[in-house]
Amino acid sequence: MPSAFRPLKEQRYEAALFRRRALAGMALIVVCLAALGVRFAYLQVERHEEFSARSEANRVLTRPLPPARGLIYDRNGVLLAENIAAFRLEVTPEQVRNLPDMLAALGKIVPISDDDIARFNALRKGKRSYQSVPLRMKLSEEEIARFSINRWAFPGVEVVPYLTRSYPHGAEFAHTVGYVGRIDSDDLAKLDKGDYAGTTHIGKTGIERYYEDRLHGTPGYEQVEVNADHRPLRVLDRVAPTPGENLYLSIDANLQKAAEAAFGGRAGAAVAIDPRNGEVLAMVSVPSFDPNPFVNGISSADYAALLAAPDKPLLNRLLRGHYAPGSTMKPFVGLAGLEYGLRKPQDTVLSTGEFFIPGQSRGYRDDKRGGHGRVDLAQAIAQSVNTYFYSVALDMGIDRFTAFMRTFGFGAPTGIDLVGEGSGVLPSRDWKRARFNQAWYPGETVIAGIGQGYWVVTPLQLASATATLANRGVPYTPRLLRAVQARLDSKPETVPPPPARPPAIHRPGDWQAVEQGMVEVVKSGTARGLDKDFPYVIAGKTGTAERYSRTDNTWTDIATSAIERHQVLFIAFAPAEAPRIAIAVALEAGRSGGRDAAPIARTMLDAWLPGDLAAQAREAQAGAAPAEAAR
Amino acid sequence: MMLDERFALLRHRLRGLWRRPRMDLPLLGALLLLMCVGLATQYSASDLDRGQVVAQGLRFLLGGALLVGLSRVPPLTLRNWTPWLYAASVLLLLVVAVLGEGRGAHRWLDLRVVRFQPSELLKLTMPMMVAWYLNGRPLPPSWSTLGVVGALIAVPAVLVAKQPDLGTALLIAASGAFGVFLAGLSWWRIGALVGAFVAAVPVAWHFLHDYQRNRVLTLLNPEADPLGNGWHIIQSKIAVGSGGLWGKGWHHGTQSRLEFLPEHTTDFIFSVFAEEWGLIGVLLLLALYVFIIGRCLWIAAEAKDTYARLLAGAISMSLFVYVMVNGGMITGMLPVVGVPLPLMSYGGTSAVSLLAGFGVLMSIHAHRKAIAG
Repeated sequence: MPSAFRPLKEQRYEAALFRRRALAGMALIVVCLAALGVRFAYLQVERHEEFSARSEANRVLTRPLPPARGLIYDRNGVLLAENIAAFRLEVTPEQVRNLPDMLAALGKIVPISDDDIARFNALRKGKRSYQSVPLRMKLSEEEIARFSINRWAFPGVEVVPYLTRSYPHGAEFAHTVGYVGRIDSDDLAKLDKGDYAGTTHIGKTGIERYYEDRLHGTPGYEQVEVNADHRPLRVLDRVAPTPGENLYLSIDANLQKAAEAAFGGRAGAAVAIDPRNGEVLAMVSVPSFDPNPFVNGISSADYAALLAAPDKPLLNRLLRGHYAPGSTMKPFVGLAGLEYGLRKPQDTVLSTGEFFIPGQSRGYRDDKRGGHGRVDLAQAIAQSVNTYFYSVALDMGIDRFTAFMRTFGFGAPTGIDLVGEGSGVLPSRDWKRARFNQAWYPGETVIAGIGQGYWVVTPLQLASATATLANRGVPYTPRLLRAVQARLDSKPETVPPPPARPPAIHRPGDWQAVEQGMVEVVKSGTARGLDKDFPYVIAGKTGTAERYSRTDNTWTDIATSAIERHQVLFIAFAPAEAPRIAIAVALEAGRSGGRDAAPIARTMLDAWLPGDLAAQAREAQAGAAPAEAAR
Repeated sequence: MMLDERFALLRHRLRGLWRRPRMDLPLLGALLLLMCVGLATQYSASDLDRGQVVAQGLRFLLGGALLVGLSRVPPLTLRNWTPWLYAASVLLLLVVAVLGEGRGAHRWLDLRVVRFQPSELLKLTMPMMVAWYLNGRPLPPSWSTLGVVGALIAVPAVLVAKQPDLGTALLIAASGAFGVFLAGLSWWRIGALVGAFVAAVPVAWHFLHDYQRNRVLTLLNPEADPLGNGWHIIQSKIAVGSGGLWGKGWHHGTQSRLEFLPEHTTDFIFSVFAEEWGLIGVLLLLALYVFIIGRCLWIAAEAKDTYARLLAGAISMSLFVYVMVNGGMITGMLPVVGVPLPLMSYGGTSAVSLLAGFGVLMSIHAHRKAIAG
């Protein structure tokens, strides 16, 4: 068969080719493995004496010395996270004859929970029987005393000192400072094993996690001579560990405390920022939780209780809380109208109680029946007149609207030095297309003008935008780390704030018109009376957003309707002419922004501004005095 | 049917199996011996932990079942499925790259019941694909054939290296490259490729992860890193060297028992073996590997068509890479790259994928020329 001849020949040719290559490959393999064998022979015969001696002398164990974790302070040196000496029970399984019996007997002297035993058994799996395994952390003095008396009955059980992380303020900073926890298998996969040799804990949330690299430090090691049973005999060499850096946050513990007290347990969040550099002065998320039990492993029952709590204490409302911004957006929308040249500050709009998109019959309401009459921008902000902002937003269109709001940081994480920040929602054509696969309707632009609709902000975003507004449109990224102390004997060094981003406001006159409106909010508008007996001028804006939409068509007076029905917000900055603090307060339930959220902001202003300005005056004097003396 | 008849039938079947076995008995015997040695070494290295030996034994059983199953699949069926299997495994790699289960390195895919590494699949599908492609091309391969094969190898190898899993990427790339070598790529082209590779080393250095660079640097000066990789190399060399000619005896290796040797049940199991069995044991073990590889290559040479030949040959030769890289690592000749010692190191995925590869070889053996013709 001539047609089958060629393939057959090629088959044979290929088979022969393969055989030659397989032989060559085999030769290569034999040569290489022979080389490997020679290498083994070199190590095992030629250098056997040397390695044998080293193996004999290999009673020297290199033991890592974990570094002490850096401390965390507030801006005035108040300790927020510290290391305290504690004692734990450790068990060396090899030396215990009957482990279950011993644990039962030990449990009668020192309480040991099922969680403790479960964790002990889990840890034991990864270790050799002659290595000790922690059983109970944080023994009380009484427990240590009781155990010491009965120690003779428990060979292989020892009380061991260690340093443990402690948060002296408990729940107050849980959402900011965060907490450390035991290194788990996920952490292990990411870590440099050398750097974490001997370290048992790692930052899990908050500052503890974000600045893990700074806080951790560098481990040292010691070389210990051990006997054949692996017991240490003496220390031969020791390289001390370098402790982690101490961090100074921009938070002021007093302000934080005052803000938290002002919430009185109502769920919500508040942030205060220094608008001149983005330093966060206070961050409160209510309710909170005590981070201390998390350090050495919270019991599963306690954790389940925290998870099941109806007001979600574990939720970091600052970073991930979602709030409809409502009327607090009006200064920003008004500013956008000025920025795009759609309005001049003195232009007026007639509020009749209802606003219509030309050619449509659906009405968009003011919160006052019959409307507010003719109002300019400042009056519209002061009285929170919806119609003014409906019309500005409609004239602007959603694309310009979104673009402007983005310059104030809405719709994106602020970039604060914390982990897990949400981005909220800034409504846009693209967002709606991606989320619902629907076109954008002009009516949605109208309600976006009063901060309703799809718009969702986090309290941190709101505070950051308010700070940008207060700083005449120059945005700083909010930041918690203020200074770093690299070594115990060195001075804390200030960390320079990240550079400001390009300004969001281009004409100073625009800013003044908005600021005037916000000052009027407090003087005569929706938050009047807030500045009672306060020595500085406050600029603010209330927000009262419905948590669920109206189902009937009746008019309801916001102030008398059910408290649960509204999320209330308040933003403020002061002193109005030269702002030193910008605040955003969000409450998950309340009557109105002016009545419930604004007083919290006032408490925070009281706690910060007089002291801050007095300190500044002192500094100015101290600065002037030497200058005069020199003259 | 009477009981006698049943026995008669059974006897007949057994005799048939004996005369014309589907398995290559010398290879099967060598593998069983290797697995026994592996389990015994595990038992010693884990400080007489029976649980660990049972766990590893179960993996061997699972791999053995896969071996038997695959040995029943004719190479022709494998050939027809090859492009799909290859495409599927590359697709899985991409899925892992996008949403893989963390663990620091993105290499696991969680299937609720089992978690597995798609990169393991490529240890089989890569040589299959190269064999499949070369099977349809005139041999020895031309430059254009080489280009296509190069892309087939490079895409998954780079994806795996990015995970980052340098060891597996190396094994996958090697299995493909051996396919090309066995297809008869002319020597001067091989020379040109090797030359280009050497020239590319400084560029590759630029793309290595820091920890991978550290491993190379540590090799040059292990004493500089007493807590990290240098420690591994020093302690491994002490373990090997102190074993001497005859070894310290089973479960008398102080290096691993006293925790001086890290990861002594996985990547450094060879060190434990060398310490306890000495040079004699090492040479016997290496001889066992040489026998297995040689027997596999013989099966390849006997195969019916180019596809089966290249596939079997590539699988056989990549075994050598495992042994060489692992042995080189524990003796301080090569950098610390996570490559297991075949059927000795503790761990499921590599044992199962290796045994699956042997299953393919058994199938190729069962459908060799003698039966076909």
